[in-house]
Amino acid sequence: MSNGRFGIHGGQYIPETLMNAVLELEEAYNHYKNDPEFNRELTELLNEYAGRPSRLYDARRMTEDLGGAKIYLKREDLNHTGAHKINNVLGQVLLAKKMGKTRVIAETGAGQHGVATATAAALMDMECEVFMGKEDTERQALNVYRMRLLGAKVHAVESGTATLKDAVSETMRKWTSRIADTHYVLGSCMGPHPFPTIVRDFQAVISKEIKEQLLEKEGRLPDAVLACVGGGSNAIGSFYHFIGDEQVRLIGCEAAGRGVDTAETAATIATGRLGIFHGMKSYFCQDEYGQIAPVYSISAGLDYPGVGPEHAYLYDTGRAEYVAITDEEAVEAFEYLSRTEGIIPAIESAHAVAYARKLAPSMRKDQILVITVSGRGDKDCAAIARYRGEDIHE
Amino acid sequence: MNKRIAEAFVHGKAFIPFLTCGDPSLETTEQLVYACEEAGADLVELGIPFSDPTAEGPVIQAANMRALAGGTTTDRIFEMVERIRKRTEIPLVFMTYANVVFSYHAGGCRAGRAGAGVEKTVSGTEQFIKKAAGAGIDGLILPDVPFEEKEEFASVCRQYGLDLISLIAPTSEGRITEIAREAEGFVYCVSSLGVTGMRTEITTDVGAMVKLVKQEKNIPCAVGFGVSTPEQARAMAACSDGAIVGSAIVKLCERYGRGCVPEVKAYVKRMKEAVEILCFP
Repeated sequence: MSNGRFGIHGGQYIPETLMNAVLELEEAYNHYKNDPEFNRELTELLNEYAGRPSRLYDARRMTEDLGGAKIYLKREDLNHTGAHKINNVLGQVLLAKKMGKTRVIAETGAGQHGVATATAAALMDMECEVFMGKEDTERQALNVYRMRLLGAKVHAVESGTATLKDAVSETMRKWTSRIADTHYVLGSCMGPHPFPTIVRDFQAVISKEIKEQLLEKEGRLPDAVLACVGGGSNAIGSFYHFIGDEQVRLIGCEAAGRGVDTAETAATIATGRLGIFHGMKSYFCQDEYGQIAPVYSISAGLDYPGVGPEHAYLYDTGRAEYVAITDEEAVEAFEYLSRTEGIIPAIESAHAVAYARKLAPSMRKDQILVITVSGRGDKDCAAIARYRGEDIHE
Repeated sequence: MNKRIAEAFVHGKAFIPFLTCGDPSLETTEQLVYACEEAGADLVELGIPFSDPTAEGPVIQAANMRALAGGTTTDRIFEMVERIRKRTEIPLVFMTYANVVFSYHAGGCRAGRAGAGVEKTVSGTEQFIKKAAGAGIDGLILPDVPFEEKEEFASVCRQYGLDLISLIAPTSEGRITEIAREAEGFVYCVSSLGVTGMRTEITTDVGAMVKLVKQEKNIPCAVGFGVSTPEQARAMAACSDGAIVGSAIVKLCERYGRGCVPEVKAYVKRMKEAVEILCFP
């Protein structure tokens, strides 16, 4: 059995054509992750360019309103490009550059990962092509323009359901046709080994900072950490340094779409089964013949039929909990955080805010709950307005 | 080694057509198998459609979508193979994706119901391979299962007398020897980078890849990906043991629909003649 297993999950289920590329990537990563010069450059990029460390904000009005646990917001929305995606992208593009690659390709759902990749490619002078489901290019037209503005070529993927899973499939296909000079900047903690590990390590800065910041502010660990889960990169980043701290509840919030008892859902852990897809063994929404289900969520970034293998493992062991949040609950939370704290969260992150609204009142006032606001919601305003029946266009 | 697969390579250079099951219908696929055999095909690759075929180009992707939209399922394909096996001994190999095998009727591993802490290892692999063998299938090609992951499938295949076919690619280089050492049935040589589909030119030194395989193990090598013309098939077969053609045939099925059988038969005949010349100059 290959390396890169999280319990029974993970692995390298990819065409032979790509095997040497992922082996080369693994070797390079194992070398550079311990290289002081690489780490110095990455830290400088994260701090000086992306604006880290991101704030851990004491959300007093929300705490007061919910009347339970004290709530902190980890403000990944304040990063350059407006989401946590930049953490992983700066790491991977720097790594690709060190490996001698001159071109990067990426999939994107909501467009945040595509924008981050286009940004890093512009900064580090790399050619960049982004694959995005055609439906998502329409849902997130502004991000398409941003990527083009940054010098990337954007391809609308029309195969399958024309959403995130198809964008991933198409990027994998394109990678098999041009490997020597090209790195695939996978955007989540998924895909074949070593991607789930690389992405987790680059996102782990989130939990490292939460821990340090909270120790400084409160002198203690949080009681619960909440983050939204599509593939699960901001969640694994938010959880990672707390995995060994058994008293910290780790809660991933999946997209239930119109409900976990309907076909229009993207809640993989609630409705999926063990399977093999996109390079990994993990849980997937699928039918009795292993055909991948056409999932749905109002959030383009959570609209994915699988979940990263480390989340599948954390679920199996019971270390992390996973809950499903509907479109309606997420939209209410989107509006709630905007009005209560003056922070417009990404509709993805609003799924975590929604669960905090349920959980916080049941917790004691001396308990602490951290919500990772993985991205900002400017990109979602037009879509949410339409959801509420207001016909506005960007 | 599976007997029927071995048989496919003993009559000189082999010609191997690929069909997407259920495109345009399973009845047509069945007729296509008979037509391919009559036209001289030595082995037929039967593609089980998958919702997200990541190794396929646009032609076979579209065929997968048409077949699934038409109601094709793995169980109906097993029934078709049983019917075919009553009439012919032609070697038949399934080509599909890992999840179609692994998740076949694997109802026991639904994550949400089993609950946290329960290991959910129930897979459909054994059920699938047992049924495939029972229906008369001789081998299995899984393009998303590389050498490192093959054992969970290969061990079950061996138990039921199926060959799990290994693939090598132009990027395999130093991996070819270890892949060849454990290869069964035949080695599927991927002619070029990228996904399946017709190409105007194949620039890889396929002969060198085949040579590396043969140095390690005396096993037939067939070349696929991008082969569509008689000239390409002849060139590929000249440096190997046979040629595999998918997209060019699937394109005929797309264009002629239920009337594709004579068209495919004529095409297979031309292609078989092209590779056969090499054996009887």
